[in-house]
Amino acid sequence: MATSLTSAKRRQLGRPVSIVGAGMSRFGAFRDKTSRDLFVEAFQDLLEHLDQGIDVADIECGYIGNYSADLFEGQGHTAPILADWLGMTPTPVTRIENACASSGSALREGVMAIASGMYDVVLVGGVEKMTNLPTEGVTDVLASAADGLYEVPAGLTFPGIYGALAKAHMDRYETNLSHLLKVGIKNHNNGALNPKAQFNASLRDMLERRKARAEQQGGPVPDWRDEMDFLNDARANPWIAWPLRLYDCAPITDGASCVLLVAAEIAANFTDKPVHIAGTGQASGRPLHDAEELTSLSAAREAAAQAYAMAGVAPQDIQVAEVHDCFTIAEIIATEDLGFFEPGAGPRAVDEGRTALHGDRPINTSGGLKAKGHPVGASGVAQVIETFHQLRGEAGPRQVPNPNLELGLTHNVGGTGGTCVVNILRRG
Amino acid sequence: MTEEPREFNAASFYAYLKEGQFMGVRCRSCGKLSAEARPMCPACHSREVEWFRFSGQGQLSAFTCISVVPAALAEKGYGRNNPYCSGIVTLAEGPRISARILGVDAASPQTIATGMNLALALEDLDEDKPALAFGPA
Repeated sequence: MATSLTSAKRRQLGRPVSIVGAGMSRFGAFRDKTSRDLFVEAFQDLLEHLDQGIDVADIECGYIGNYSADLFEGQGHTAPILADWLGMTPTPVTRIENACASSGSALREGVMAIASGMYDVVLVGGVEKMTNLPTEGVTDVLASAADGLYEVPAGLTFPGIYGALAKAHMDRYETNLSHLLKVGIKNHNNGALNPKAQFNASLRDMLERRKARAEQQGGPVPDWRDEMDFLNDARANPWIAWPLRLYDCAPITDGASCVLLVAAEIAANFTDKPVHIAGTGQASGRPLHDAEELTSLSAAREAAAQAYAMAGVAPQDIQVAEVHDCFTIAEIIATEDLGFFEPGAGPRAVDEGRTALHGDRPINTSGGLKAKGHPVGASGVAQVIETFHQLRGEAGPRQVPNPNLELGLTHNVGGTGGTCVVNILRRG
Repeated sequence: MTEEPREFNAASFYAYLKEGQFMGVRCRSCGKLSAEARPMCPACHSREVEWFRFSGQGQLSAFTCISVVPAALAEKGYGRNNPYCSGIVTLAEGPRISARILGVDAASPQTIATGMNLALALEDLDEDKPALAFGPA
């Protein structure tokens, strides 16, 4: 029996916590940048945009999500190095690892550190430098987030496990390959409006550019009529783990993200427009073969139930959300696990445009992991940053057209559902 | 003289597999079966577990055909032009497990059907990196 979204124990923070500033590096592939360079870039962005500024010495503690600098860069013990490069030494800084939910978990640690009363000002963020390795190497590193004893020997890769989830969803519901592709088209349309996105272009723009390049080089020019035509061309969009193709997968990305958390009682010292942590939840889950259902992530349902209970709100109250679309099927399942749509109704919502920027339930206005990029350890806090900007009405051309925006949600998954963190943010 | 019982861990699981046996564990307290060799029952937390031999019969519950492959399978010749199939198998005794699915055409996934009957297939077991594998029954 799946977790009921209304069954969680109602936990409360010891005192309210607010987000007062956010910073993000550009997301993309940057050959010569390391984790520390990316994180410094995000931190500088935070300092430049913090409405009333801060003395770095006033930051009392830090939690940084990072999945695997060890395997990606040959660098362990990353937190103190980042503290040094931010000029924060001897402030205590701790690295948090929960695969792709590393910075979602780091944010929760920061929230709890303030809620406990121990600290008033905490930096949380995440970073990943992934592009040093070839795709095969990245595949192996990401697969190490799955069960190395019973999933990896069976040949299951990270896309492979989501491929199996997609197949199970297709068998059980009306889901088809086109639904998956439409999620990608939507998220690229949003990414085109996000200057920090790795793919700051719609799929229509990308295919037109490829046609123009082919014409310039005098080669055969592909005759793609539209995005669907392009995505259904096996040369342009090869299989990765059937039924998932290249454009169903989030890219390999370098990037960093950070936000400044403070006790709500002092938020006015930093900004007139704080965003409050209304609810937060986190849960663990088992490998797919031991899951209760093959079409849902139980940890997501449990984390969402906790966050809804703490915030005292229901799924239908959420006005904008960033969900963990590491694969297109993951976004569809997320919108069902979060209770936005009934199980199996996610694909129809995509068809009807309900999750688009101008739909009634905008999902992944940043471009999502798919188009914004997915530097795994940085993604959870990057989702919070997009929601922070949306709730403050400063998301520019991708601002959702809702004048009464008050509640946003983030959904950050580690591995294939081993970890899920859900946060609910409220405009101050 | 009775044989010393093997420790409940993955080393024993794969040693049994190399001997042609798919051994999981059964909880003596609550009866829960696990296809993984666990030293403690995750349902009732009892440490009174015993080896349980699975029949090797099952059904394919979900699968994927993988074209971008991990290094270990690239060494065996799999890749973009030669995908392989992995899946979730629901065992006749109830539990599910991840496994390689052999004897199917991974380049034509539409020919592979969830629900198909499977049987343990250990003919091609790799001595160094043993993996649970099933094929059409």
